[in-house]
Parts: sequence; C-alpha cells; structure tokens
Amino acid sequence: MIARVVLPLVAAFLPMSSGAQMAPEDRRSGYEFMSAETRAMQDDEAANPATLWLLDGEALWIRKDGRADVSCAHCHGDAATTMKGVAARYPSFDLKLERPLDLEQRINACRTDAQKAAPLPFESRELLALTTYVARQSRGMPIQINVDARLQPFLDRGRNAFEQRQGQLNISCAHCHEQYWGRKLAGNPIPQAHPTGYPLYRLEWQSVGSLQRRLRNCLAGVRAAPYPFGAPELVELELYLMWRARGMKIETPAVRP
Amino acid sequence: MTPIAQALEARAAALEAELQRAMNARQDPQANGAYSSEQIKSLQTELARLTSMMQDAIRKVVGDAPINRGKVKLDLPPLIDNGNVVPLSVSVDSPMTPTDYVKAIHVFNEKNPQPNIVSVQLGPRAGRASISTRIRLADSQTVTAIAQLADGSFWQTTQDVIVTIAACAEEIS
Amino acid sequence: MARAVVTVPPRAKRGEIIEIRTLVGHRMETGFRHDSLGRPLARDIVTQFVCTYNGTEICRAELFPAISANPLFTFTTIAVESGTLEFKWTGDNNFALNETASITVE
Repeated sequence: MIARVVLPLVAAFLPMSSGAQMAPEDRRSGYEFMSAETRAMQDDEAANPATLWLLDGEALWIRKDGRADVSCAHCHGDAATTMKGVAARYPSFDLKLERPLDLEQRINACRTDAQKAAPLPFESRELLALTTYVARQSRGMPIQINVDARLQPFLDRGRNAFEQRQGQLNISCAHCHEQYWGRKLAGNPIPQAHPTGYPLYRLEWQSVGSLQRRLRNCLAGVRAAPYPFGAPELVELELYLMWRARGMKIETPAVRP
Repeated sequence: MTPIAQALEARAAALEAELQRAMNARQDPQANGAYSSEQIKSLQTELARLTSMMQDAIRKVVGDAPINRGKVKLDLPPLIDNGNVVPLSVSVDSPMTPTDYVKAIHVFNEKNPQPNIVSVQLGPRAGRASISTRIRLADSQTVTAIAQLADGSFWQTTQDVIVTIAACAEEIS
Repeated sequence: MARAVVTVPPRAKRGEIIEIRTLVGHRMETGFRHDSLGRPLARDIVTQFVCTYNGTEICRAELFPAISANPLFTFTTIAVESGTLEFKWTGDNNFALNETASITVE
C-alpha cells in the first residue's frame, strides 16, 4: 500500500510533540471530507447498505434469547424511545466492573446478565446489527460524554494513547488527525477522527464495522500490534475520541470511504 | 477469450513490457540505447489501440454491427473516494414507445480482471431508459456504456475515471 | 435476517413513471481475491436480478463481479395498474432471494 512509502517520509519530519488540541469550532465530521456521492449514500436510507444491518438489528431486538428466554424489548420496550440518546453517552462507566464499557460491551453485558445468553462475538454480524440499531436511535443527537472523577483516569489514558508515538512508523494519532487533517494520504483527505457515525459502512470493508475495527486498522497502519477486540486500551481510546467529539451529532449508520 | 483476442492480449502484454523498459531507461541516466520520445509515443499509441479485453467483450455483445456515438449518458464521478463502491448511472435518450425503445444497456470496463460490469434488459414498460448501480473499479480506466435499441442499432459513450484506492485491495483480516 | 430492501412508491398515478430502488445484502466475492495465505477465494456473486409486475417481466439484469457488495440497483417502470411487484435475485451457490412490494395505482 502507498502508506508504506508515504508515512515513513511523513514521520521523519514531524515534531516531537503535538500537544495542542484543535479548537471546538474547527471540528468537522468525516462526512465533510467525502465526495457528494458518498454523502448521498449516507443520507438516503434506501441506498445506504447499512440499512440491511439496521433491519437485522430490529429483528434481533425482539428476538427472545438465552436461558431467561427474553428479548431486548422485554426490558427496554420500544427502542426508538428507550434507546434515544444512549449511544451519544457511550463509552460509559460501569459501576459493577468499575471501568468504562463501550456500547458493544454493554449489549453483551445485558445478554449475559439479563438474558443469560452467551455474549456475541466482536464484529459478528449480530452484534454489529444490534449496535447499529441501538446507535441509530441517537442519530442527530449531540455526543455527550460527562467525565467525572471515576472516568478521568481512563480518559487520561485514552488521551495519552492518542498523543503518543507508536508503531514502527513512530507516529501518533494526533500527527495525522490533529496536525495533518485535510491533507492527502494515498489520494484521500485525512479526516479528524471523530467517531460520530459508528458502527458504519466502510466502502473499503464493503461491510458495516465497529470503531474498534477501525482503530485496529489504524494501529496496523502505523505498524503497531493492534490490541485485541474488547481490550481496555481500545475502550479508553474510544472514550477519549468520543469526549473529543462532544457536541458533534451522531450520524449512525454513517458511510465512509 | 477468442483466439484473436488471445493474440491481441499477448501483443498488448509485450508492448507493456517494452514500454516499461523504455520508461525505466529514460529515468536511468546511465542506460544505453534509451528510447526517444517518438518511440515511446508510438508504443503507447499501439497499446491504446489494443485495449483488447474490453473490445472483445463488446464485440461478443454487439457482433459486427457498427457502434454509433451518442444518445447514451454515463454518470460516473471523475474522481473516486474508493474503488470498491463507485456510483454509476446510465441513461439513454429514447422515447421508450412500443416501436422505439432501448432493448438493453451493457456496461464494460477496461482494467478490471473481467471486462463486463452489468447487462440490463429493458423494454417500453420502463418508461425511461435509466439505471443506477454501484460498481468496483480496480484502477483508473475507461468505462464504456452501450445501448442496444429496438431497431438493432448500438450506441455508446465512454468516460475516463481516476481511482486512487483500488477495489478489493484490503487484506482479509 | 433482512436480506433485501426494496423501495417502491406505495401509490402512483396511472401512466406515471416510478423509480424502483433495490438493495440486496450479498458479499459479491469476485473470485479474483486471495486470503492472507495466498489461497484464492472462490467466486460467490449474485448473477441475475429479475423484476416482474403482476407477472410480467419489466426488468432483467445480469450482474458480474464488478458490481459492488450489497448491490444497489435502481430502474424505472410505468405504473400501469395496482398490484404486486416481485423481485428475484439468483446467484452462485444456489443463492435465491425473493422480495415483493405492493403498489396502488389510481
């Protein structure tokens, strides 16, 4: 891939630290970096391939499962009402586990605790469908991550992960996404890395995928060993990215190149 | 592939190899027997005439009939986000009456491993000869759309597109 | 599991040209890719799409590997009468999927 050639050249010229964060008014969703055709794909539910996953999620929401033989709807009723605003608040602090969980983990926690069912594997079609369906109910709402004393250390670790150099290419997330956003990488503009539309349909994947899948791709891209799905490091990074995008509107299910 | 097409393919491959050598020689100041601009130009022209896979696929559909230019409108973004999903629309200027209508629309590409993209059978019931889909493109190339009318005539239009990120390139992980 | 989404206007005036959008969930494996060990991945695509309007075929498409995954296909037809539109996709490995939509024509 061209990244193999471009990134080492880029890395050689980057300054040591990139501590400054972008001003809130400079933030733009990845939507604005796409072509008009791709934007049209996201806006039109009849043409957005993620609609297929949405419909699957809708069916799963009312399907009974597990030893308790109950569906999500049994406790949560109509998702359009009860799940409104939920995705905009995730990752969120789990009191029992005393750490943040992202939406996928929260859904699996519900499955094991309430439905007495096995958790769904990460990136499985079913988990993606359910997560997309739940997150869709927050479409148009502003991201709202409130950080209290319990969440602060996790947020700090997420911020450090975002700003530290890593991988063989020895660059940080901040280098591309804070300093060089808008410039081109392999012919495409670099977005600012605001996870406003996850789970989303990525043209490159030709499938819906989670934010963690994208983060793992990024880590592989700088030639760092990607953390496994569900790793606390990924959740902390998700938390930081969502906090960094606070106030921006949820677009799930988005489409990205 | 027909024998003629195979022979053309082989010629095209040989030309490509020679062109590659010529370009390499131009960039290497120490190379002897470097090609002149005219020689390179004539290699390129012959190669262009031999986009054989696409031409062969078109001939399979059209036979020996002449292909007119016009009537067909091909909508493709000139610069593409990702070659995996390229929106494509084809529309044909036709009244779509029971006697004057578009029988079929065929779309071909030049540089994917396979030259066909889609073939659509229509008829007067369509009202309008207009279709849309999303396609994969492996490289910057020319896309050709051909309309087959009820009177047996063929009409075509082409469009060049630039693809920076090719289709089907992501590693399966 | 949802496998197709068809969008047909529920009502139309007689003689009006309507747009029909179809989206079918399918990986459209081209047959030209290899996995990480270099083994070829077998082709697995939707090869044909047919739409009938109260039993009469109004559109037929032959699809090739160059069609993106989760194929979107949009076409038009004249709203001639009320009734049912049937959509049928077939493909490799005995893939077959049907979907229907109703239309009321005034």
